[in-house]
Amino acid sequence: MIYTQSPLAIGLFIFFVLFVLGLSFFLARRTTSAAGYYAAGGNVHWFTNGIAFAGDYLSAASFLGICGMIATAGFDGWMYSIGYLAGWMVALFLVAEPMKRLGKYTFTDALDSKFNSKAIQLMAAISTLVVSVFYLIPQMVGAGVLVQPLLGMPHWVGVCIVGVVVTIIVATAGMASTTYVQFFKGALLLICSTIVVIALLTRGLGTDPNQGDTKEYHKFQTLNAVVTNGSLQVADYDVVAGLESEFGQAGFVKLSQDGAETVWHLKEAATGYELVEALFVTEMADGTKLYNGAPKEEGKFFAVGHIQEITIDGKEVAQTGAVGPLEFLNRFKDSTVVLWGKKYIKAGDTTTTIYYQKPTPGSRILRPGLKFKVDNASGLDKFNFISLMLALFCGTAALPHILIRYYTVPSQAAARKSTIVAIAAIGFFYILTLYLGLGAMTSGVINITDNNMSAPLLALSFGVVLFSVISSLAFATVLGTVSGLIVASAGAVAHDLMDNFLGMNMTDHAKVKAGKISAMVIGGIAIYLGIIFEGMNVSFLVGWAFAVAASANLPAILMILFWKKATAQGVAASIFIGLTSSLGLILVSPDMWVRYGLLPQDAPVAFNSPAAISIPASVLTLVIISLMTQKKGAMVEEGAEA
Amino acid sequence: MGHGPAVKLGKDNAAAYKSKIGISMFIVYTLTYFGFVVINAVSPALMEKIYFGQTLAILYGFFLIIFALVLAVIYNHFCTAAEARLN
Repeated sequence: MIYTQSPLAIGLFIFFVLFVLGLSFFLARRTTSAAGYYAAGGNVHWFTNGIAFAGDYLSAASFLGICGMIATAGFDGWMYSIGYLAGWMVALFLVAEPMKRLGKYTFTDALDSKFNSKAIQLMAAISTLVVSVFYLIPQMVGAGVLVQPLLGMPHWVGVCIVGVVVTIIVATAGMASTTYVQFFKGALLLICSTIVVIALLTRGLGTDPNQGDTKEYHKFQTLNAVVTNGSLQVADYDVVAGLESEFGQAGFVKLSQDGAETVWHLKEAATGYELVEALFVTEMADGTKLYNGAPKEEGKFFAVGHIQEITIDGKEVAQTGAVGPLEFLNRFKDSTVVLWGKKYIKAGDTTTTIYYQKPTPGSRILRPGLKFKVDNASGLDKFNFISLMLALFCGTAALPHILIRYYTVPSQAAARKSTIVAIAAIGFFYILTLYLGLGAMTSGVINITDNNMSAPLLALSFGVVLFSVISSLAFATVLGTVSGLIVASAGAVAHDLMDNFLGMNMTDHAKVKAGKISAMVIGGIAIYLGIIFEGMNVSFLVGWAFAVAASANLPAILMILFWKKATAQGVAASIFIGLTSSLGLILVSPDMWVRYGLLPQDAPVAFNSPAAISIPASVLTLVIISLMTQKKGAMVEEGAEA
Repeated sequence: MGHGPAVKLGKDNAAAYKSKIGISMFIVYTLTYFGFVVINAVSPALMEKIYFGQTLAILYGFFLIIFALVLAVIYNHFCTAAEARLN
């Protein structure tokens, strides 16, 4: 197919795995107390914690998903980067220091610090588990996606490797090993991504993406066709599906030459038609898939992504040569880039997915509208878009696996400083994602059926060494994030539910043991979910995890901190309503209807992003219930001080 | 109960002041962010207009990322000064 296994990549991957396991066993000997296990002893340096924040936060969705989305949809993909980063301002200005002051091991600790309420303990622990599981699934699926090109092994092997390694990391030294795995991974991700971007800028942009003369790019052809007696005639080709067929009615034709079938996009010309070569995937009734008419292994399906025309000072050029970061964007803006449209055609019991060329001005790619429907959009489309951007903004400061990192530093000032380091590191990385995505878009490396591998494949265009490092790092990215999620989930089970909610009053040693057992059970569940959700888009569930976290957790956190009249009943009800309304709206959304095998237009609700409804619903619930329970509930006394 | 910080924290007399400037800066950044979201939703064609040689969308995106870091550094400066003065 598009990539083959490299011994170097396998070697580096094994090195990474052995390194993190060695680190975990080393730290395990020093991690005996509950504070050590759940909060790394609370004495991690703020700079280390800041980079670990970045390592935790820059998940497979950021590295693989966003780069892939930018590579195929331009600026719209980058809007995820902007939304994810903006969310850190909520964390810095409103949440960081109070979270450090109020909590001990888990996000529930901070919420429950003023009330000692069983209802809050239960709801916050359930919310932590739901959000973490939503976040875990795409990470595990991402591991499966990565292991196929990296090690040549099936999806389930990748999921199992990540599941087992991460469970060992968390079960040995908990937050201590997780912190250092995330620190190393975060630092390496920044360094290696910078190297790829520098290599990209040095190569510049060109109309022939031959990857530095290492790999020839497929020359997409254009044919001329005439219509004689109502039927299409193409020199040297037989017409298999012509103008009257399902293909023809959709604007395509299928031709055959020497027994090989090809699909072409029809464009009207002065005399007859111009036919532009397309890619196609045929799915038979028995589920067999053919790529450009042949099995995947025959390699007839090409990598795509090229510039049609580069204009500098009004003149067309083939290469820009080395460019600076601003010049890269300016040259891109003035170019015409070939993007790829997608169309489904059903003929009999076979379905053909056609990917066809769509030459697009660079300036159009560097503005919104290729993925999100914002041009000539209905009110509902605009609502959907605003709701997604609201979820990204509000979600970060409500993710339990991010919030627990505030307990690993010694002071409120350290919590604040580590957030600023995180903002600098994550902001810098998100700027790099723009270059990585646009670089992949123009370097002939995109696997159009699965854009998740765009960033590693861009690295491959600079040689197998960089590809090996980036791919192994992408795998380490999954390890770092999944470790954080399992620590958060284990804390919710052992500390919030067993120790606090059920009142088991465990000893320090028993708390650590319960955390380790919980980590192993959650690791097993994560492996199972990663296998059954194979094929799901990596960034698909992450957006929803943000929406659920923003709806269930953020109103509760902020109202406890800033509204004196918040009561325990109001907080618990707010988490419940935020959780159920966001989950409920997701389950009846058009995207889910497609997954149920139904038509999206038949879904009970017409939007996919629930945040703009579920966040206000959660806030409203908290206010109403708190006002109704003023005499019964304990009020927050120090809210205004927070 | 297992609440309270994992490490012993001293009393922070600057907490109220830090909270106040945090809220002010949060409002400033939130308005800037939602200005970006609203333009994208209501007038996406405006985002394709060229200013200083680049589309408004790219300029605004870079501004949001850099502005976040600048505000964060300013916030830290005021907080650190307040901690030194009040604690």
